[in-house]
Amino acid sequence: MYEGVIQNLIDELGRLPGVGPKGAQRIAFHLLAADQADVKRLADALIEVTERVRFCRTCGNVAEAEECRICLDPRRDPTVICVVEEPKDVAAVEKIREFRGRYHVLGGAISPIDGVGPDELRIKELMTRLTDGTVTELILATDPNLEGEATAAYLARLVKPMGLRVTRPASGLPVGGDLEYADEVTLGRAFEGRRLLDV
Amino acid sequence: MQLYRDDGIVLRTQKLGEADRIITVLGRSTGRVRAVAKGVRRTKSRFGARLEPFTHVDLMLHPGRSLDVITQAEVIRPYGQRLAGDYPRYTAGTAMLETAERFTPEEKEPALRQFLLLVGGLRALAEGVHDSRLVLDAFLLRSLAVAGYAPALTECARCGAGGSGPAAAGGKASRVVPPGQHGAGRNVSAFAIAAGGTVCASCRPPGAASPAAATVALMLALLRGDWDGADRSERRHRVECSGLVAAYLQWHLEHSIRSLRHVERV
Ligand SMILES: [Zn+2]
Ligand SMILES: [Zn+2]
Repeated sequence: MYEGVIQNLIDELGRLPGVGPKGAQRIAFHLLAADQADVKRLADALIEVTERVRFCRTCGNVAEAEECRICLDPRRDPTVICVVEEPKDVAAVEKIREFRGRYHVLGGAISPIDGVGPDELRIKELMTRLTDGTVTELILATDPNLEGEATAAYLARLVKPMGLRVTRPASGLPVGGDLEYADEVTLGRAFEGRRLLDV
Repeated sequence: MQLYRDDGIVLRTQKLGEADRIITVLGRSTGRVRAVAKGVRRTKSRFGARLEPFTHVDLMLHPGRSLDVITQAEVIRPYGQRLAGDYPRYTAGTAMLETAERFTPEEKEPALRQFLLLVGGLRALAEGVHDSRLVLDAFLLRSLAVAGYAPALTECARCGAGGSGPAAAGGKASRVVPPGQHGAGRNVSAFAIAAGGTVCASCRPPGAASPAAATVALMLALLRGDWDGADRSERRHRVECSGLVAAYLQWHLEHSIRSLRHVERV
């Protein structure tokens, strides 16, 4: 244990994903030894992100305004929506530069055992986006694991009466993993080979 | 401490750190175990989908200080893939996993009968021969029976009256209340959760439910595995049965089963 403020910093860093107590201590002492201006920039970035970033009112992605960069971009195809679980999945799909449509972020996957049902996700908001007939294709890019598959099956059944083309990124994505860990090549191939969901 | 091997059903997975998961398994001989699967969330993980909920896996485990570590996993039956594509079956299956976890509160306490019930229940769900909610309710009733909480369905839970004929003496009455006599005399007339099942008119506590005789007959069929009888039941009696089973289960567990709220009926 260290003196007050240093231990505070170590505790806070230790709460970050992937940082254990040893790592937190290492980062803390790195920051103490680093150039003050560098550390100040990091601190400013942290404050800015908490003050300025919110969630897009249309798609649920992270945004710096009412709507995110993608929803505001008129070049993005408004007829296709790619449904993902988390904002970080938007980033993962954007990296492959294959997809030119828009997104809808659910905020997770259906997992009744964790108390997460359809009402806990942004599914009503998705249905609202589909009402005016602009969207003709839905790509269900939820994680290739059990909860993601179940969520895709639920959505496919829900939108079936609307007669949309509903697809799911196919083979290449090994089941059981998280979408964010898929490499660009695999993810790109999965998008090209997306299969029609017929429920 | 040395490596040990067991086969079991994956009940639940929780993210741990950057790419690991804690896997809760109901093992055939070990009972419920929580163990770490390292790197399982990476798409190139050697575990892949083998450690997802519903999977019947053959495991090698290394005992650890707080959690054991999974060193090998081979799939015996991947029930999850069949269930995830069908929402009513998926939600029924999830309620089974959560219930099995609740009925095995002590880690590493062998629970072979609960394990066998779960395997049977998942197999029935995956086969899809019977209505998924019926399969779930049968599993819940039998889990209660394994734990020693089987509801009285043929006699009064308080005084024993109403069991018809000599069969009742052996505790295995073959008849339930005939529809015409429902609510009459000293026959079982109501279902009282706290009393332990059906009760006669004299023992009936305030607030007891008054299910249809066919509903009680359905519960009995599910408890005994009489699928011919259960499959012939009407929808309204299935709905009533599910409500009673859920209430009875959660009263005995002294805990709610969160998944039950999400179970869909076809
Ligand atoms: Zn947006
Ligand atoms: Zn009585």
